[in-house]
Amino acid sequence: MSEEYPVVWFQGAGCTGCSVSLLNSASLKFKDILLDEIVPGKKLNLRFHPTVMAGQGEMIINVLRDTEKEKKGEYILIVEGAVPTLNNGIFGAVGEKTILERVLELGKNALLTVAVGNCAAYGGIPAAKPNPTGCKSVKRVFAENGVDTLTVNLPGCPPHPDWMVGTLSVALRGLPLDLDEIGRPRLFYGKTIHENCERRAYFDKGKFAQKFGEEGCLYELGCKGPYTSADCPLREWNNGVNWVIGAGSPCLGCVEPEFPDSTSPFYRKLSWEEMKNEKNCD
Amino acid sequence: MKKIVIDPITRIEGHMAVETLLEGGKVREAKSSGTLFRGFEIILKNRDPRDAARITQRICGVCPAIHAYTSALCLDDAFSIKDKIPHNGRTIRNLILGSNFLQSHILHFYHLAIPDYVDLGKVVGKVSPFIPAYEGDFRLSEEANANLATHYLQALDIRRICQEMLAVFGGKMPHNVGIIAGGATLTPDIDRINHFKGKLKEIQAFVENAVLPDVLTLARAYRDYFEVGRGCGSFLSYGGFVLEEGRFLQAGIVNSDMQFEELDPENIAEQVKHSWYADSESGKNPSREETIPAPEKEGSYSFIKSPRYKGKVYEVGPLARLMVNYFTKQEEINRVAEPLLKELSLQIEDVPSVMGRHLARAIECKVLVEAMSDWVEELIPGEAVYTEAEIPEEGEGYGLAEAPRGSCGHWIKISDRKIARYQVITPTAWNASPKDDRGIPGPIEQALIGTEIKDEENPFEVVRIVRAFDPCLACAVHLVDMRGKDLGKYRIA
Repeated sequence: MSEEYPVVWFQGAGCTGCSVSLLNSASLKFKDILLDEIVPGKKLNLRFHPTVMAGQGEMIINVLRDTEKEKKGEYILIVEGAVPTLNNGIFGAVGEKTILERVLELGKNALLTVAVGNCAAYGGIPAAKPNPTGCKSVKRVFAENGVDTLTVNLPGCPPHPDWMVGTLSVALRGLPLDLDEIGRPRLFYGKTIHENCERRAYFDKGKFAQKFGEEGCLYELGCKGPYTSADCPLREWNNGVNWVIGAGSPCLGCVEPEFPDSTSPFYRKLSWEEMKNEKNCD
Repeated sequence: MKKIVIDPITRIEGHMAVETLLEGGKVREAKSSGTLFRGFEIILKNRDPRDAARITQRICGVCPAIHAYTSALCLDDAFSIKDKIPHNGRTIRNLILGSNFLQSHILHFYHLAIPDYVDLGKVVGKVSPFIPAYEGDFRLSEEANANLATHYLQALDIRRICQEMLAVFGGKMPHNVGIIAGGATLTPDIDRINHFKGKLKEIQAFVENAVLPDVLTLARAYRDYFEVGRGCGSFLSYGGFVLEEGRFLQAGIVNSDMQFEELDPENIAEQVKHSWYADSESGKNPSREETIPAPEKEGSYSFIKSPRYKGKVYEVGPLARLMVNYFTKQEEINRVAEPLLKELSLQIEDVPSVMGRHLARAIECKVLVEAMSDWVEELIPGEAVYTEAEIPEEGEGYGLAEAPRGSCGHWIKISDRKIARYQVITPTAWNASPKDDRGIPGPIEQALIGTEIKDEENPFEVVRIVRAFDPCLACAVHLVDMRGKDLGKYRIA
């Protein structure tokens, strides 16, 4: 009998893109994540996921309530999307409560919280200027409300499924998470895009693409690879089919704090200073 | 009178609640509300116009490609280059969008809709997330139930392969980077073309061997659902997939008397009497409209506006496209649809319904895999994908296209080379809109009204009707539920 870890996947102010990215998981398939052990003797029990669960309405709000009570300190909370805080969080609600209330309640009693996607990790798209709904990251609303549950940030818009599955595997194995200063596991976010980029040789030779569809380094077209830390060039996306720069597009810097404000305009070359000055993560 | 409130509605994109008022076992009133507001149109202001094709994708992670596509059309128009997009660029855009259609339709049918008709727990085991669930109305034979449950699991792989196919030219999914103002980013070569074709063939086999037979199985077992959730009976399509000679799927409207009419985008306007926006903006075309929130406004119950065409309610989506393309005699749609309608002994007039929406989606899967097999062969290796896109000092433009779940429009105004105004009307805004200025309910609300609810503890009819529209609530960019005092409404009362 495997040991089961209840998982609550809660969606705040987001787009469901992180959930869809998890469905795209190929090194472990979504089916395996749902039904099989992900590390020896341990499996996940996805009790709550609004996009895939069979139930609805009151019956699933009860699932949240029961998990919080019966599995106190034993469940993993995954948050996708930012937390709207303006006017006490009135801009987002699930069941009879605001997203803000639910994230705090669920977070307080969780074993571990994983903030998936740039929105949950740093505020992301809904927190972009002028942040009309006062969206904040999970860590920030936890800190402001005295919740001290260990929280891992897995930014990206969306994050790679391997980063999500890998982080859960590390945690369930009981291995150290080895987080960087902004809460990301070094295992996945340890090196810049630029370091391992397939077009790096062009940069070193000074050959820059001037127009989309051309050979050459994409730096002049606005690539944020030199300022962005993730292993996309080595891992590639969607079962290794391709990745952003592989498709001839500049990197958008979507794993960095204050994306999109800190890394846009996406198609204009930004200096290191422009990037750094904007960075202000919690 | 009894009230059934389902909050949250799951297996859709986003945050949604539905409230129905019953009288004599039938729905007398229905309200659909979204429960999240992010304010994309406000966030887009003052940004580099080209960034709109990236940022608007984040409206929805299930079908982001359509926002990149529509935004690119809108920018091409504003940059005065819409007739200069190279053939390869246009084709890559269509292949990316087509891949997302297949992903979205397969995900919707198997993973979002089927759990209302197939007892998955019986096959996969009574485990989360397959329990808890409504109980009672599972009608398939043991064998058919097992078959569809097996396809549910296979479809997890197939929809993933759709995303991988998209990434061949789109870079990654969700949120592709391949579609930009001016065309596409990747010059095609033979290797990428073959890679795309290989994945498409796998998907094609699943569409032919699973999707089409499965929708027929469901249609036969739930035949009565061709009479449930008829809706407003009027249909609209902007036209889908830009080809050299025009749109692959035709634009137009079909009125409740089954008459076809040409579409004129000037007739699109958003009404706000029952939405939390300033009444001064009501009835304006999106090219002239501002989004001015008025959350205290009396009599409002949604932050979705009510898009209307010539002031009337229209349904959008695969069913609407089927209706429009049936009447314009679009060859590919008719070739696939005719034999299926015959097999089910249906006239085109019988199709608008819960089951008809699933059927229309399956028809579209077949039509698209065939069309995409041709389009990918039309790519010319090594040739240009992009036309230089200069941001004008001042400019205006719009883009209209079809998303998996219906008509999607973007409107832009540029001042000082920056976005001065950006308006989006998403498919779900059409379908999930609240009452309009004349008090006429939106399409989903109309589909619910009059429905007989057999078992109030397990109101299958309500969720089946709502999900058949494939609503995408994050898509409805204006949406929010501001009724803070009235949020305790997930109970069946």
